[in-house]
Amino acid sequence: MEDVLRLLQLAINGAATGCIYGLIAFGFVLIYKATEMVNFAQGEIMMLGGFAAYTFVGKFGMNYWVGSMLAVFVTAGFGYALDALVLRRVIGQPQFAVVMLTLGLAFIFRAGAGIAWGYDTVAFNTPFTNRVVKFGGDVVLGQDNISIITGTVLLCGVLYLFFSRTRLGIAMQASSQNQLAAYYMGIPVRRVFSLIWAISAGVAAVAAILLVPVQMVDVNSGIIGFKAFAAAVLGGFGSIPGALVGGVVVGIVEQMAGYYLPTGFQEVTSNIVLLAVLILRPQGLFGQVIRKRV
Amino acid sequence: MIAPFKTRYEQDLVLAKTPATKIAYGLLLLVMAGIPLVLGEFYVGELGGLFIFAIAGVGLMLLTGYTGLVSLGNAAFLGIGAYTNAILLAHGVPFLVSLPCAGLLTAFFGVAIGIPTLRMSGLYLAIATLAFGSIIGTVLQKWDGLTGGFDGFAVQTPTILGLKVEGATGIYYAAFIVLVLVIWVALNILRSPLGRAMVAIRDSEISAQSMGINLAVTKVIVFGISAGITGLAGGLYAHYVRFLAPDSFDILLSIQLVTIVFIGGLGSIHGAIFGAAFMRLLPQAIAMVRDDLPFGLGRLPGLEPSLFGLILVLVIMFEPGGINGRWVKLKRYCKSYPLHRKPAARRQKSYAKSERLR
Repeated sequence: MEDVLRLLQLAINGAATGCIYGLIAFGFVLIYKATEMVNFAQGEIMMLGGFAAYTFVGKFGMNYWVGSMLAVFVTAGFGYALDALVLRRVIGQPQFAVVMLTLGLAFIFRAGAGIAWGYDTVAFNTPFTNRVVKFGGDVVLGQDNISIITGTVLLCGVLYLFFSRTRLGIAMQASSQNQLAAYYMGIPVRRVFSLIWAISAGVAAVAAILLVPVQMVDVNSGIIGFKAFAAAVLGGFGSIPGALVGGVVVGIVEQMAGYYLPTGFQEVTSNIVLLAVLILRPQGLFGQVIRKRV
Repeated sequence: MIAPFKTRYEQDLVLAKTPATKIAYGLLLLVMAGIPLVLGEFYVGELGGLFIFAIAGVGLMLLTGYTGLVSLGNAAFLGIGAYTNAILLAHGVPFLVSLPCAGLLTAFFGVAIGIPTLRMSGLYLAIATLAFGSIIGTVLQKWDGLTGGFDGFAVQTPTILGLKVEGATGIYYAAFIVLVLVIWVALNILRSPLGRAMVAIRDSEISAQSMGINLAVTKVIVFGISAGITGLAGGLYAHYVRFLAPDSFDILLSIQLVTIVFIGGLGSIHGAIFGAAFMRLLPQAIAMVRDDLPFGLGRLPGLEPSLFGLILVLVIMFEPGGINGRWVKLKRYCKSYPLHRKPAARRQKSYAKSERLR
């Protein structure tokens, strides 16, 4: 009984962390599907979102919900501007130029955050901090983890409806599948791409806000973005549900490795998973293989 | 000066195309060899460090600049080379054996990472090498028995034929000789069938394959060579820092190495040298002006990485050819002065190329 409970506990904790990975991976995948760019600064954008929320809620003393919403919108606007001002200019350059460009941006964001908010870790009070839920007496779960999982599920529902039901969402799908055809249909592809950047930045901000009760915000919290790569690759780098499932799998595996394997393994689990997937099944769990015809 | 007409194919393979090139590079070699006699210890030491990073840059340039494979894990190769050399020296192996061994072992690791990543390109390769680099970094940190853990690992002073290679000057000459050898090897590879195959793979894998190039073999060989060169740089780096800390071979170092290649200019050996010079000189330049900057800007802790990031972003956005691209344009401008025409230096318009299908 003891073991089963512990396993459940680990699984829930892992799933919660995994949801965060999944949300960041979602940002990678969304941008990759649309523009074929890989945003290595996604983790840093998440960090900026966390700091924005801290500014509104922690410093200005706004209501948690209002401040968080504001932070998400500000971060989304930042993502829009990032595409419109920087990324749009390098279209046509090789893919790895974009990789280096976003890595450079990540450095700038990190230093910028250090200048603006300092190098200390910060946190603010959320309705979920240090509270627990009890199920049937024995199982005790932190509300922080529950809130992460619930928040992710809700966000996924909203995004699903957005992409399948709204005109803008369908325009985004169209632009991702075939830019030229979308352009001929009268879709302003460039603006749509910038909006996709905005959404992925907004989702990163949501991830940051959900993560606050578990892990404080600091300049280096963008490192989590590298772990999210494992999630995205596991899911097949072109599949949005795959990214989320991949995130949860990586999160749970990581927790289990941290508990059952010697120290040091937890840090590299995500990397080992990533290499294993790339070697054994490069298209990931949900990806499809496309070959070019010449 | 007008280059001579080519009447035989062999003329196209000659390394120094004109007598002027021979004279210029010969003079450069002489000057570089004489520098420790003139300059002070500090500058010689810095130049030695520059050479070591230039070696690593040449190694990565073969992989990234000429074959189009991005590696974000080259710090791991540097680390493997550094520790191999240091450990072999500690066991009494002479320097002239241990340094090539460091290169060979690293090349072996390069092949080991090259084989599973064969099917990947572009983005996936970057991510896979990133993961590999981070795993090796963690192994170096956790394997106390081998690396001494966080206590660090003191590197012994090497001796060549009874002569101690020590101090800034010793490192300078060791790095200088290795750098010249490595550049010579790289240039020879580039004019061999292997080098042509590399460039063909970079430009289009499918057309390279259609021309009968064995993609897998070529890529693995290039991975091995590139890793081996980086391993040599690592072995020298061990002597340069003299005390190895396991956490110094991290992702930041990998990114710095790729930055050398990008800022210097992809697809040219000159670029690797320029990039390494830039990478080593910028911190010195910052240190010099640090106290004179207004608004306490000089005391910001994140100044250096953010400047690197900013310059990287600006280079990619406005001068994809890097420093070398600028240099070539400047040379062309001077050569054709006053007949220079502006459109000659304009960038070709490029369009988004899909890399999903290859």
